[in-house]
Amino acid sequence: MSGVQMPVKAAIESKLGAAYQSELLAVENESHKHSVPPNSETHFKVTLVSGQFEGENKVKRHQAIYKVLNDEIQGGVHALALHLYTPDEWQARQAVAPSSPNCMGGSKHDHA
Amino acid sequence: MDINETIKSQLQDNPIILYMKGSPQAPQCGFSAKTVQAVMACGERFAFVNILDNQELRDGLKAYSNWPTYPQLYINGELVGGCDIVLEMSESGELADMIKAAAPKQENADS
Repeated sequence: MSGVQMPVKAAIESKLGAAYQSELLAVENESHKHSVPPNSETHFKVTLVSGQFEGENKVKRHQAIYKVLNDEIQGGVHALALHLYTPDEWQARQAVAPSSPNCMGGSKHDHA
Repeated sequence: MDINETIKSQLQDNPIILYMKGSPQAPQCGFSAKTVQAVMACGERFAFVNILDNQELRDGLKAYSNWPTYPQLYINGELVGGCDIVLEMSESGELADMIKAAAPKQENADS
């Protein structure tokens, strides 16, 4: 590691870690793929596998995460790709989360 | 008109409506681009709103739907999801089924 501090990534990991009993929690900073300065913390991808998603549709799952991460979203996280699965769904996907799209420059203008 | 009324009437008048950054021809964000491609691939007519053109709507819809990012796809007034959900539903075929079921039946093809 380069020793660069990533406070937002750390906050996302700890908040989700506290809110969910997870089989897998992966937070990736994808900001470097976008039109933002180096070492930015603006674009993230979260893959979370938890039994707590059982019986919740996808919209509900996303809304619950948005609630947990409200401070980060209000505070400058511009994009948050969420891949949220129950353990069974994750197995059915053969443990692969989709990749995020490439940037098209929109975040130059403003936030979310 | 109050912004929530505007949102309600847009959702009521348009069974398939995508709120996105940019237009289908010129998306301004990779997430909007992928989503609009998936919707277009279903082959039905749909409405779209470029939320970059309307700051009040942009903020208002986030609060209305409890969903802080764009794009947002609505079918029959219900939030279907953003990019991640729409793409997964597109892969599974669920999106095409939903969109075909919601599309207004055209008695006469427009020319």
